[in-house]
Amino acid sequence: MEARAPETLSYGQIREDLFRPLSPFNARWIFTCLAAFVFVVLGLVAWGFQLHDGMGITGLKRPIFWGFYVIDFVFWIGISHAGTLISAILRLTDAQWRKPITRAAEAITVFALMIGGLFPIIHLGRAWLFYWLIPMPNDRLLWPNFRSPLVWDLTAILTYVTGSVIYLYLPLIPDVAQLARVNQTWRKKIYRLLSLGWTGSDTEWHALERAMKLMACVILAVAISVHTIVAWDFAMAISPMWHSTIFGPYFVVGAIFSGIAALMVVMSVIRRVMHLERYLTWRHFNNLALLLLLMSLLWLYFTASEHLTVWYGNEPGEMGVFGARVRGPYAPYFWAMVILNFVVPFILLGIRKLRTFTTATIASVCVLIGMWLERYLIVVATLGNPRLSSAHAVYAPTWIELAITAATFAAMVLLYMIFAKMFPIIAVWEFKPHPREDD
Amino acid sequence: MAIDLDRCTGCEACVAACHAENNIPFSTPEEADKGRAIHWIRVDRYYEGEFPDIKLKFQPVLCQHCEEAPCEPVCPVHATYQNPEGLNVQVYNRCVGTFYCANNCPYSVRSFNWFAPKWPEPMQMMHNPDVSIREGGVMEKCSFCIQRVKRAKQDATEDNRPLADGDVQPACVQSCPAEAMVFGDLNDPESRVAKLAASGRSTQLMEELGTKPKVFYLRRND
Repeated sequence: MEARAPETLSYGQIREDLFRPLSPFNARWIFTCLAAFVFVVLGLVAWGFQLHDGMGITGLKRPIFWGFYVIDFVFWIGISHAGTLISAILRLTDAQWRKPITRAAEAITVFALMIGGLFPIIHLGRAWLFYWLIPMPNDRLLWPNFRSPLVWDLTAILTYVTGSVIYLYLPLIPDVAQLARVNQTWRKKIYRLLSLGWTGSDTEWHALERAMKLMACVILAVAISVHTIVAWDFAMAISPMWHSTIFGPYFVVGAIFSGIAALMVVMSVIRRVMHLERYLTWRHFNNLALLLLLMSLLWLYFTASEHLTVWYGNEPGEMGVFGARVRGPYAPYFWAMVILNFVVPFILLGIRKLRTFTTATIASVCVLIGMWLERYLIVVATLGNPRLSSAHAVYAPTWIELAITAATFAAMVLLYMIFAKMFPIIAVWEFKPHPREDD
Repeated sequence: MAIDLDRCTGCEACVAACHAENNIPFSTPEEADKGRAIHWIRVDRYYEGEFPDIKLKFQPVLCQHCEEAPCEPVCPVHATYQNPEGLNVQVYNRCVGTFYCANNCPYSVRSFNWFAPKWPEPMQMMHNPDVSIREGGVMEKCSFCIQRVKRAKQDATEDNRPLADGDVQPACVQSCPAEAMVFGDLNDPESRVAKLAASGRSTQLMEELGTKPKVFYLRRND
């Protein structure tokens, strides 16, 4: 399907192709940014109402104290696994086909974490006191409670954000240095500052190579532990169908699953919009589609294990939640989840004739929706069906939660568009190293 | 605390008394329907049999003050902890509202201040000065009327006598017309509550979870 592998193109051609999208702000870019910005502002307004009036204007109620915010939190942290994990694995195994997708993936990670990391603050009853969770000396002379999974969570996410920003930044340095040389606009100063005085000497390349290898190892461990700890927010509680030993790996698998899906959606958008057909080829989509198919099967395996053991065990508390999921009020979501996460990807990606750019993207969108539903079922079905039957309730969000959720998707679009305007979304030097300054 | 289910008539005098004693804001039917009502004690109803041959069973449920309370370890800011007297206490000023304690409470006895509390005129003049008003955004729950425990101890110290069994009566116990509730020191084997807790009729709510509740329900005799 491709005429030439991008590696065989000349340096000038590659640089032209990948630096070109940075130049002009066209009307379409500005319009999309504005539209996304409006949604972000709407979400901020909704949050303002919530801070001013109280959590009562959301749909939360006793005993469903966690709703859309915690679902969105788990969802976005899951998406963040797109980048780091995939790019770190591919970098460590030295898979050559990774080159055009690593930066696009790493950028998703950073932005998804920035967005997901806001939800633990948004969902607080007294959000303005969120810093009381940070382990630092404060005016109350109190440490946070290190036994609480929420403190582990905060620590893990802060580590992950820091790590993935470094991991995104390191491979950016050679490209930024090159941009500082060729760019003659107001951005030149920014690029110069960010390039940290990179000249392209052999010593620098070796140092960068080693730093990236090291960060890839570190970030891999951090990524897996982060989503395990997110799972433990639930698994450490004694609530039925939360208190499960497989939640850690189950969540990690789900996160990688939705992460790959997010990456494929982003890739097909930038491929089209930025005309990168020569770089993001069928090979990349095919490989990622197969990876998605594998994760879909793994996800099915975990989901089946989780539900089969609960059903066979027949413990009344757990069966209350199980029943609500598979045949109760949440059944439509449950079966939609199974179709979106397994049936659709299995058919579209498993049958070779059906596997195309379009179907891979469709399957990815389905997986994203399906994985959001999975988190919805985990959070809401358990809380709405506690062991004490007198406390049962049903949850429905209000416009506040919907507006804030919509705003996070808009924020993702906005951040990504600004990033893609500022930096080449595909690492140029990975194909052809930039010429030395003295060349 | 011991609650005799055979005596409970489900009159909810305990609920009303608790609201008055602990400055718990009122709710409207619409708000309550949205799950916004705050109660530190509630009376659960269980129906047995088919209409018209129905039997209605009542069970007052309040914070069980678990020895191994699931709400305590999960709070990131130490807002809820086991005090030296074995009460599970809630420090409103520390609470940031993560909701985790309430999610992990198998008895669903924790209530959240969804809004800043309001009272219809002139009820705001009727507040109990011994109990703090909670800010919007914090969790709250039954304290076993800790202000009464403290007052009784203080009175006993002033009179130079040990605290006697029955000196402390939480509002719910005091107001129960059927005298279904008994409060006292479980560590004192001679106290009324310790004897009831050790009796053959004594059970605990969901004791299989290992939370070691300090509320004992005395089984109905039928």
